[in-house]
Amino acid sequence: MSWIVHNLWLVAALPFAAGGVISVMKQRQRTLAAGLAVGSMALSFVLALMAFVQVLTSHGEATRQFSNFAWFQFGAEWVRLGWLLDPLTAVMLVMVTFVGLLIFIYSIGYMAEDENFKRFFCFLALFAGAMLGVLIANNLLLLFMCWEIVGLTSYLLIGFWYEKPSAAAAAKKAFIVTRIGDLGLFLGMAWLYAQTGTLLFYDAGRGCLEANALTTLAMHTTVFGLTLSSAIGILIFCGSAGKSGQVPLHVWLPDAMEGPTPVSALIHAATMVAAGVFLLARVYPLLSAGVTHGMTTTVALQVVTWVGAITALFGALVAVAQWDIKRILAYSTMSQLGYMMIGLGTGGVSVGMFHLITHAFFKALLFLGAGSVIHGCHGEQDIRFMGGLRKAMPVTFAAYSCGMLALCGVPLFSGFWSKDEILHSAFVWNLSRGPFYIGAIGALLTAFYMTRQMIYVYAGTTRLAAESTHGEHGHSGAHESPKVMTVPLLILAVPAVVLGFFGTPVWPWFQSFLEGDTANVSFGALGGAFPLMIVSSLIVFVGLGLGWLLYGRKLIVDVGALDRIESAQPGLFHLLSGAFYINELYAATVVRFTLVAASVSAWLDRWIFGGVVRAISTIFVLFAKVDSFADTHVVNRGFDAGCGSVSYGGSFLSKLQAGKVQRYLKFVGVALFVAVALLFWGGKA
Amino acid sequence: MNAFPWLSLLTALPVVGAGVVLVAGARSDRAARFLSVGFAVGALCIALLLWHGFDVNVGGMQLVEQHAWVPALHIQYHLGIDGLGLSMLLLSAIVTLISLGASWKIEDRVPLYFALILLVEACLFGAFTALNFIHWFTFWELCLIPAFFLIKIWGGPRRTPAATQFLVYTMAGSVAMLLSFLAMYLAANTFEFEELATIAQSGRLLPSLAASSSWMHLTPEHLGLVIFAGVFLGFAVKVPVIPFHTWLPDTYAEAPTGTTILLTGAMSKMGLYGFLRILVPIFAPQMQSVLTPLLWMAVATVVLGSLSAMAQTDLKRIFAYSSINHLGYCLLGIFAAVRYAGSDAQLLTQRAAALSGTMLQMFNHGITAATIFWFVAILETRSGGARELSDFGGLRRNAPVLAGMMGIALFSSLGLPGLNGFISEFLIFKGAFPLATWATALCTIGLLITAVFILNVIQRVFSGPLQERHSNFLDLSGKEQMLLAPAIALMFLLGLDPQILLSHLNATVLQLTNTIKF
Repeated sequence: MSWIVHNLWLVAALPFAAGGVISVMKQRQRTLAAGLAVGSMALSFVLALMAFVQVLTSHGEATRQFSNFAWFQFGAEWVRLGWLLDPLTAVMLVMVTFVGLLIFIYSIGYMAEDENFKRFFCFLALFAGAMLGVLIANNLLLLFMCWEIVGLTSYLLIGFWYEKPSAAAAAKKAFIVTRIGDLGLFLGMAWLYAQTGTLLFYDAGRGCLEANALTTLAMHTTVFGLTLSSAIGILIFCGSAGKSGQVPLHVWLPDAMEGPTPVSALIHAATMVAAGVFLLARVYPLLSAGVTHGMTTTVALQVVTWVGAITALFGALVAVAQWDIKRILAYSTMSQLGYMMIGLGTGGVSVGMFHLITHAFFKALLFLGAGSVIHGCHGEQDIRFMGGLRKAMPVTFAAYSCGMLALCGVPLFSGFWSKDEILHSAFVWNLSRGPFYIGAIGALLTAFYMTRQMIYVYAGTTRLAAESTHGEHGHSGAHESPKVMTVPLLILAVPAVVLGFFGTPVWPWFQSFLEGDTANVSFGALGGAFPLMIVSSLIVFVGLGLGWLLYGRKLIVDVGALDRIESAQPGLFHLLSGAFYINELYAATVVRFTLVAASVSAWLDRWIFGGVVRAISTIFVLFAKVDSFADTHVVNRGFDAGCGSVSYGGSFLSKLQAGKVQRYLKFVGVALFVAVALLFWGGKA
Repeated sequence: MNAFPWLSLLTALPVVGAGVVLVAGARSDRAARFLSVGFAVGALCIALLLWHGFDVNVGGMQLVEQHAWVPALHIQYHLGIDGLGLSMLLLSAIVTLISLGASWKIEDRVPLYFALILLVEACLFGAFTALNFIHWFTFWELCLIPAFFLIKIWGGPRRTPAATQFLVYTMAGSVAMLLSFLAMYLAANTFEFEELATIAQSGRLLPSLAASSSWMHLTPEHLGLVIFAGVFLGFAVKVPVIPFHTWLPDTYAEAPTGTTILLTGAMSKMGLYGFLRILVPIFAPQMQSVLTPLLWMAVATVVLGSLSAMAQTDLKRIFAYSSINHLGYCLLGIFAAVRYAGSDAQLLTQRAAALSGTMLQMFNHGITAATIFWFVAILETRSGGARELSDFGGLRRNAPVLAGMMGIALFSSLGLPGLNGFISEFLIFKGAFPLATWATALCTIGLLITAVFILNVIQRVFSGPLQERHSNFLDLSGKEQMLLAPAIALMFLLGLDPQILLSHLNATVLQLTNTIKF
């Protein structure tokens, strides 16, 4: 086993350690904090590259290596954890450390004026450590643990500006909504553990993702006629859906934009939200277990595909009617994650993962570009107040355009190849063409809303001077961001353009790499894919053209002007800008139900459980009263002396206990006497 | 057999301590405080020594001390610890220190207060080491007395009814338990836990019960159930199991926070300890025959406990209900473990997971809940007694270290991986899921609602704009940070390396899983 496999944990441990050290540093040690975070990330990047080379240079079985160790015991068993290096891990490691490193550097500029600069880098480093932990875990339990810590850091970073009530609320919402999904994952994990006796993914034939375990899981059926593997797979998918913002657990993702923009880029676009897709890629053998002759897919994969399709369309529709530059991108991210799910469900790991990787680069680029725009516009996030930034921020504009073209899927840009592959596998999916049509409509909408955004932000002249609800105005217009921010943008722009060439139908290097093969160049493959490429290109150009027709032909000048769709179809526009009112729906149903349940529970406590106790005590007090009445008026005379001493004792006790306790003691005493008497009397009978 | 009487020494030390504090502390409150901490540290050192010398491969009792006490009634002075007892001793010692730390600002009748805390500690030690019913029951009941006075004298405005309800309610449960044990004594002629367990496991208990007290012409099975119900009631009130819990919120809220720490951190574990030490070995068949209602009670404890916590606005009441919820998972683990008879390997594995998780959860909850109440005490002192959620807001601006450290404790309670609560909850769910699937699935609601109310506390206390009246709110001082750091460190330690504790529990778990036979 090579050095890097054995020490793969360092990749995650370094940022964790950096985060730990930063957490106990002084508030003013800003440079040191940033230096530690960036330094640990750079080292992790180097290690990730080493891991990548290791996988690249190995063949066949050797592309998957793991290192397991015992953690704790219960009864006769040990829980074992481990880390795993395979092509999937290697690719993700390089992507996360590279994008992470750039975003860390960018943050130095973006957060320069924030008083909690140090805390920001502490949380970022912790996030990176946890995220890398998810990638290298060879055990679902370890993965879940890192997964939850990722959720924690996401919570901390969304609520970073804790004094803003909206940020604090958004953070809480994100944590709780993702936790709903995570409970499914938690149960799935418990179930998988019970069935296979291990949570290690790979363990020399005994792991839960290896043939032995999978055969058993695929053979048995459980509730609703599902195979065990599908049932567990669907539960695991609940976790993915929560993290990756899939309908119906998507409501937290747009609100998460309350966090600082580098956070949105790193966590809520490039890495954490993609972790859901990664998890499915990791357990893909489980999801697809039982695919036998004649049966091309499993229920779990169908669920993944359809949920992905709905999300892809939903996100794209809602993005059309947003005003906040980051919210447009957030809904876009949601929609693209839906595409990844479609790809994974219909085409397998390589299809979904390819889009994950290309998307990570161009979406990080777009978010960082948006951050640069917000920075340049003094905190303004509403695209109605922007405009004309092409001249004011030329570098940002250039980089942003690359990202935008890649996202739209304009031919030759990276997003084109990965999205095309998804559409292709959806097209040949033999269960339904539905996901393909939905994907195609989504692609059109993507090109449309990005055109709208580009025109609002960069075209025409600035509208920044106008009155706005937020952002500190009074500055003299927009300005370009400092080098520490623009250089990462330019670096990210390169993969956003060229990365797609690693996974073209002609030379599917990426796909072969993930499957442990070597790729061959074959121009013949292009023939099969070509017609669909033409179609998807056409779709993109129609979207771009529609966007230009509506917004580009006649530029918006007035800040208060209605959106072109709003003036034509106000009802539709409001439905979309309100995100189909899902938030309101949840508030009226799930949230209200929980609140009512809490009140009912408190009421039960007070009036039923507590009421019974009070009723019993009242009954005994009544007995005591009757008893004392009988004492005074019936047997009083004969027992004067005795009663005197009892009442003396009673009054002594009552002084001590201020009134109530003697009644209870009496009840206990009487009960004890009666019960003992009954027992003995019964015993003799 | 009778080596150096470490366990007797451990129990005696706080009693001596209480006397010394009362006498020597009469002159200066400061001396009383430091003396009591000294004795508590001494007890902790002994507990750690026991921990160190404990043989982890032995499942049965160690350090046994056995002497005849009242020979005519077969009452013995019988002490011993296994892994469970040991972990509870350590927990009691730690929680007592936390309680003393959180009580530092008590100003009224200081020596008495600190002496009573030490007395509670002594009773805890006594109850966690005793192996004879009468011996154990003495400490079990004695424990109530110092606790009663702690609530009655130093409690909040509604302390009198709360103290009375606490005393009478737990005592009613104890009376039921006492009767059951008397009946068993009549049948088996012994008060020894281990002997009773052996007799019960060999199936001889029910026939002799029927022969000795054929009460109301019940069949032996029904008689067994009645006897079981009595013992169950005693423990159910103490844990507490919903619906026998109504004393708890009032008591926890009205007790001085230092006492609440003892109540939730250590005394609530006496009930669960009883489940594991007495109910499971002796009454497993009875538990199994009424398992469905028991599982429903566990679900109710988890779900209603968390929902009620969500409905509260007073910090102490929130965490009082949160305690109910967290101990509900232990009930789930215990009940699931007795669901099926048999001893095939897979069943034993699931059972071992559930019981390991339960014992670990008892320890973890003790540490976490005690620490959280300590933070509540800190918030209370600094804000002039405020405990309502609406009294706070934005404290993070002034007190970032407090926010961070309390945040860690709160997330530990929430079950965040990496901190102690997660492993125990995971083990319980892992073991209980295949044994009691639907009950376990329902209990995940509790995990969710816990997240809701804990994040709500964080949001309401630490986030948002800083309230005017807290503009002078102080962050934790260096000394306070030093004092709290060990508790926080323990959360990380047990979260990252639970084997430290599990290694000492495992032999006991194995033995217990094998005693569940029908």
